[in-house]
Amino acid sequence: MTAPKEPEITPELVAQHGLKPDEYAHFVGLLGRTPTFTELGICSAMWNEHCSYKSSKKWLRQLPTSGERVIQGPGENAGVIDIGDGQAIIFKMESHNHPSYIEPYQGATTGVGGILRDVFTMGARPIAALNALRFGAPDHPKTRHLVSGVVAGVGGYGNSFGVPTVAGEVNFHPRYNGNILVNAMAVGLADADKIFYSKAEGVGLPVVYLGAKTGRDGIHGATMASAEFDDKAEEKRPTVQVGDPFTEKCLLEACLELMASGAVIAIQDMGAAGLTCSAVEMGAKGDLGIELDLDKVPCRETGMTAYEMMLSESQERMLMVLRPEKEQEAEAIFRKWGLDFAVVGHTTDTLRFVIKHQGEVKADLPIKAMGDEAPEYDRPWVEPKKPAALDGSTIPAPNDLAAALLKITGSADMSSRRWVWEQYDSLIQSNTAQVPGGDAGVIRIGGKKAIAVSSDVTPRYVESDPYEGGKQAVAECWRNLSAVGAEPIAVTDNLNFGNPERPEIMGQFVMALKGIGEACRALNFPIVSGNVSLYNETNGQAILPTPTIGGVGLLSDLGKMATVRFKAAGEAILLVGGHGSHLGQSIYLREILNREDGPPPPVDLAREKTHGDFVRSLINSAQVTAVHDISDGGLASAVIEMALSSGLGVALEELSHVQLFAEDQARYVVSCKAEDAKAIISAAKAKGVTVVPLGTVTADAAVKIGSRCQVPLASLREAHEGWFPRLMA
Amino acid sequence: MKSAVVVFPGINRERDMMLALEATTGHKPVAVWHTETELPKVDLVVVPGGFSYGDYLRCGAIAARSPIMTDVRAKALKGLKVLGVCNGFQIITEAGLLPGALVRNAGLRFVCREVKLKVENNKTWFTNRVAKGAVLSCPVAHGEGNYICDADTLKRLEGDNRVVFRYAAGSNPNGAMNDIAGVMNEAGNVIGMMPHPENMIEPLHGKTDCRPLFEGLLAA
Repeated sequence: MTAPKEPEITPELVAQHGLKPDEYAHFVGLLGRTPTFTELGICSAMWNEHCSYKSSKKWLRQLPTSGERVIQGPGENAGVIDIGDGQAIIFKMESHNHPSYIEPYQGATTGVGGILRDVFTMGARPIAALNALRFGAPDHPKTRHLVSGVVAGVGGYGNSFGVPTVAGEVNFHPRYNGNILVNAMAVGLADADKIFYSKAEGVGLPVVYLGAKTGRDGIHGATMASAEFDDKAEEKRPTVQVGDPFTEKCLLEACLELMASGAVIAIQDMGAAGLTCSAVEMGAKGDLGIELDLDKVPCRETGMTAYEMMLSESQERMLMVLRPEKEQEAEAIFRKWGLDFAVVGHTTDTLRFVIKHQGEVKADLPIKAMGDEAPEYDRPWVEPKKPAALDGSTIPAPNDLAAALLKITGSADMSSRRWVWEQYDSLIQSNTAQVPGGDAGVIRIGGKKAIAVSSDVTPRYVESDPYEGGKQAVAECWRNLSAVGAEPIAVTDNLNFGNPERPEIMGQFVMALKGIGEACRALNFPIVSGNVSLYNETNGQAILPTPTIGGVGLLSDLGKMATVRFKAAGEAILLVGGHGSHLGQSIYLREILNREDGPPPPVDLAREKTHGDFVRSLINSAQVTAVHDISDGGLASAVIEMALSSGLGVALEELSHVQLFAEDQARYVVSCKAEDAKAIISAAKAKGVTVVPLGTVTADAAVKIGSRCQVPLASLREAHEGWFPRLMA
Repeated sequence: MKSAVVVFPGINRERDMMLALEATTGHKPVAVWHTETELPKVDLVVVPGGFSYGDYLRCGAIAARSPIMTDVRAKALKGLKVLGVCNGFQIITEAGLLPGALVRNAGLRFVCREVKLKVENNKTWFTNRVAKGAVLSCPVAHGEGNYICDADTLKRLEGDNRVVFRYAAGSNPNGAMNDIAGVMNEAGNVIGMMPHPENMIEPLHGKTDCRPLFEGLLAA
């Protein structure tokens, strides 16, 4: 069968490939001739925003990425940190926003599958998954369909693959109506001296294709992810890939078995831009050329062209450079797991990326220029205007405090996510110490050691003030890890923004990154991996800027782990960090007064560190019985969540609405034995931390504030648990 | 107490099960790959949970026809103890070792949560250490655990006291008939259940309610 004639290269065809005229001119200059159709496809796949980070690179370089625990920072499939005892944690977060909007179930499954592959490609067995999901307004006609599909997809893949999903976020805002966010994070455990990288080494070595067969699905997925949406977004459905968690589970076991055999020199998963991106990265990083013979690629369909094979984003595939003497052993392992194994090419010393198909050279490109020397932009940006200050004392109190508490507790963003996380297997692998619903997911990693994981960002804060909002995302993640007693050690970031060609969006990006970098430096919380997702816009309306921060912390003694659950009536409730005063961008303002204005609470990083370290010391010395960080909804929501998870009530002293609902940072609610409260308060004072008594845990199943406000726990529970099932009924 | 855990591609709770068996009985179980044709000499075979063959076609249908299942079936008919948990329950039911079938949860969604499990029959090799009527906390994690069978079979299961576990009132996560969570065959040597007792045996799991089930294996 002869392949159809390739189309002629025209300016329209170049534009359809997302290449700007100057980028195309640069490409032609590099080649010294007009590219072939296959070459144009490869170039569009490598130089799009999603794969090249061309708009963001300049700013990403300014983030702190090193630290004493960092084994591998950004630039590999995932980041690697040393957690002692010869163990390493490998993790990363990645977005699958555009596909999940077009086809929610498959978009979400392949997002989860892709990030799991990134982690086990490096030699780690995935031990935890998280996901940060943002949807449009609850009453938007597409929202229920998207929630239902995405949640089922996340569960469908993770549950079948066999990784516990233990934490995450779900939020709603009209600004995501036309562009939802699906950010998936995976965390794996490996031996620190057995990490596998993508850098190819050695000339003339076999390049091996592993896993599932190549089909026509997902062609141009990465290019789609690098453009804005319009009303015809659904026409892009063919660019969405289809996930197969069964094959991925087999691929995991086969890869780990193969790695243990010592056969692997370099390995790279086929994610965005599939075979193209994986081959170019392996070669470019190792300063080697790669030659592929596409006649050897296992295909699911007949008659696939070189162009299609190079751009397919079929899932559950890997590319590897192998020790030639181990080839037979390697093949046997893959056959055992029912997977494809084919030598599809070899490494060369030419620094060229050469593609052969049916006896013809379909592409012959300079590999470095395609990969690590791709174009880079310094896009113009304008600093966003700072919002006008908001004086907390001018914000009115609610007419009915009890009603306000119920409304907030049962609101879209504050209600329980049980409906979501009960669809995720959070227990598989037998190591789950904290399921979703607390401050962080906790997973045992052998003996008394455990890791804590959390993902955080408050997009409305970032929208209002990208710099403070960026800091806050990091601070909240650090705080959530601290609240379970973990030492926060490193983060991955998933930077979701609008169109970077608009200076005001680029300004959000630049300032948010400045805040994130500053917070990570101050909190010794290096960024070891990440992903940038730009062009999150539909018909010119950008999403709220959403730089999701995924953090990992280490607990040396699981026995000391803290939870949000109150333990006994009669215990004292304390507020670490003192009362707040900032209501700008608060949940109270939005839910009770229908206002979304003012600046977000500022983040004092030194204070954040002092307070977090203090709380961790209380947890480690077993002086506190429950801990919860204060974030969305302020003190009131923190205490209510603690009461709901324990079934015990609280009697708080008289508190103003500002004290109850302010979202000031660096604060925690803790409980302790009544007789220990004094000692904690004075120890705090010595460290410069304000700790204020709030009241007592009670047995009477109600939240009481002062003498005038009393809300039964049953009503709060109904509000908290009822919202999500009602939405989805 | 020697045991074997059968592993099919896509099974993913075999490690949980092996850890639980070792922790509670002191003996490390043998993993048996699905292409084997003969089981090692053991006192118990466990078919663990997961998504064998991705649950494609129908849960457990493909695994039930694997080479190793011929020997599992033959030895079960001769009295070898067989425990199937979750996907394992689906597989041994598909293999004809237990009556009925497991279909899609009534709520149509995957459910992972702790349920209350009532021990209806404590005269089995898996429940001999717990009191009849005892209510255990135990997690479930499945999308297709809704037990169904025809009216005659149901009558016989109930009449012969072969419903081993039942979801306690208000705790049925999947719509199973008569709240059935686990059943046994007529001879009593084959038990299948949807919940995951292997995930509720140590303090880390929140409770240790299901530890006595495994400890009971030693007495049997």
